[in-house]
Amino acid sequence: MKVLCVCGMGFGSSLMLKMTAEKVLKNKDVKADVEAVDFGTAQSVTANLILTNNEFASQLQGGQAFVKAIVNMASEQEVESAIEEFLSK
Amino acid sequence: MTDFQVDTRCIQWQKEAVNWREAIAVSAEPLVQNNYVADSYVEAMISNIDELGPYILIAPNVALPHARPENGVSRAGISLTVFQEPVPFPADSEGSVKTARVFICLAAVDSDSHLSMLQKISGWIDDSNLMKDLLHAGSEDEVKQLLTSSQN
Repeated sequence: MKVLCVCGMGFGSSLMLKMTAEKVLKNKDVKADVEAVDFGTAQSVTANLILTNNEFASQLQGGQAFVKAIVNMASEQEVESAIEEFLSK
Repeated sequence: MTDFQVDTRCIQWQKEAVNWREAIAVSAEPLVQNNYVADSYVEAMISNIDELGPYILIAPNVALPHARPENGVSRAGISLTVFQEPVPFPADSEGSVKTARVFICLAAVDSDSHLSMLQKISGWIDDSNLMKDLLHAGSEDEVKQLLTSSQN
């Protein structure tokens, strides 16, 4: 599966989110390609799951990807439940 | 866990800031004073929010102002400032105003330094006890003590 982590510039909060997501996926033994990108790039990349903040989540919804807003980018617990929600849908 | 050590000269405690612009300028001041970044970097961190919105709010109460290395970074560093009063950010498209009390300015020179600093910050933020203690801190010494004794 392909996971996109999205923030304003693609190398601050999105990278932090990517680190958190990779830890969670490794613990769950799920193979995935995780990429951190800026908002502009995110609109032209196809993915299965998009993790981002509340503001960008509402703008990225409506495409093929399952979009989930994350409040705490460093919280393994929050990212894990977002990934679980995606996997179980 | 990571080899990055925070420069204690860049840790501050402040009572309040008039607005988020001042909060970013105040929290970045030690990075400027200690020759990590130029004034242009501080201006870039602020204008990024004008352009892209308050996406730097990375966790409850936590803001991560940053810009690109080419905006004026001489060496990699972090500054952390705890504000006693919440600093409001512009409302998002749904009209809700968010606030932050911990400002962590990030200045990276390359992707390696960037990742080790982000790991450090991520470790702090995911430590809910540390975050609670930081929000309750009442002096600069207390904030320094909390961060230097943190295992993350």
